[in-house]
This record gives sequence, structure tokens and C-alpha cells, in this order.
Amino acid sequence: MISIQIEDFDVAAEHSALRSSGAGTGAIATFTGLVRDSGDMEGVTGLCLEHYPGMTEQVIAGLIEQASQRWNVREARVIHRVGRLTLSDQIVFVGVCSAHRGDAFAACEFIMDALKTSAPFWKKELTKDGEHWVEQKNSDLDKTKTWD
Amino acid sequence: MHSDTITVRFFARLREELETETLEMPARPELTAGDLLEELAGRGGAWSQLNGEQPVMVAVNQAIAKPSTGIKAGDEVAFFPPVTGG
Repeated sequence: MISIQIEDFDVAAEHSALRSSGAGTGAIATFTGLVRDSGDMEGVTGLCLEHYPGMTEQVIAGLIEQASQRWNVREARVIHRVGRLTLSDQIVFVGVCSAHRGDAFAACEFIMDALKTSAPFWKKELTKDGEHWVEQKNSDLDKTKTWD
Repeated sequence: MHSDTITVRFFARLREELETETLEMPARPELTAGDLLEELAGRGGAWSQLNGEQPVMVAVNQAIAKPSTGIKAGDEVAFFPPVTGG
């Protein structure tokens, strides 16, 4: 399940959906990303997120497919919000269920790392002094490369 | 979309600085994404940033591509800054 949406999401509901993936599921790993008060700039008051509709979903579907080839993935759910968000808002959810925890942890982390460097989303940070587009981080690129 | 043209899309900082969301450009034989970038950079002003001094990602028909990727009539080409989601 992949959803790009303006609305917030309910982690408990996502977790329940993963739990109902059958008796072969022995582990669920989830990640939730939130809007933080400091990024490229201090004093961030919110974010504005833009994406490339259509391509975004295709890229994420490809990442889930790659994860499924490497690890036991019974189901993966990815939600990413777009539009205007405020501090502590949920931005992104990645949830994976597997037979065992190692696969669930690894697949969840891989999907999240690869999403950050390949899915066409762009963040603009809003501060009281103005707004600016966030720059891609070498640390994120390096983190994604560790999965090669 | 016309069958003899290419749709070019821009996102995020590029969309804002170029003040352009989409463009229709004429297709021609042996055209590549890099050729399109060069042609656009030649417009001058804010477009000059497409000359390679800033990192620009390219997608063709909604899949990540390279400057050497061939472009044909009816294709959708997108140029955008490195992605920053998550």
C-alpha cells in the first residue's frame, strides 16, 4: 500500500493493517518521520512538501519490490504527506511485516533510506525569517549507498 | 500533449526560479535529455543554472534517467533539484 496524501495518518490503524497480514507474520517494524524545529536552518516553524505525482508512487513501488527481493516482506505500507505541515506533524510512515524481525527491520530501514534519496519529494523549510528549499544531504546519500 | 512535441516539467526550486511548471518543446531525431537541458540553459537569465553548475536530476516518462537518455515525441521529461523527502 502506497499513499501520497495531504491528510494525517493513524499509526495504530497502519499497525493493525500489518497485523492482519496472516499468521505467517511474526514481526512488524515501523518508522514515522516528524517535522523537527531545526534542519538546514534553526527556528523552523513548518514545512511545505512538493512531489511529482505518478512518478513518486512508481519509485516507492520499485523500492518495495527491491526490498521484497532481498528480504522476507509479507506486506509493506508507505505513506508520505505533502503540502503544508507544522512542527511535530507526521511526515512519513514506513511499515513492514515479515516472518522474522531481522527482515522487518532491514526492509523498513532500506525503504526509508532509499525513499529519501530517490523518491521525488522536495521540502521547503518555513521559518519566521522566510522560507528556503532544503538541500540534499551527503549523509543521506552515504546511508543509501550502504545498502548496495 | 501533441504527438510531435515533448512535455517538459519542472519541480520545486527549479519550478519557482524558472517561473515555469510545464513547457512543450519540439521533438527531433536523436534528441537526448542533455540536449534539452543545453537548449533551455541557452535561454539565459535564471535558465542559465541548467548549464551544469548546479545538480539537476532528470526523469523521462516518470523514471529516473540520464542526460544521455534519448527523447522521442510524446515523452514527458522532468528536471528537478536533488530530492529531499522523508
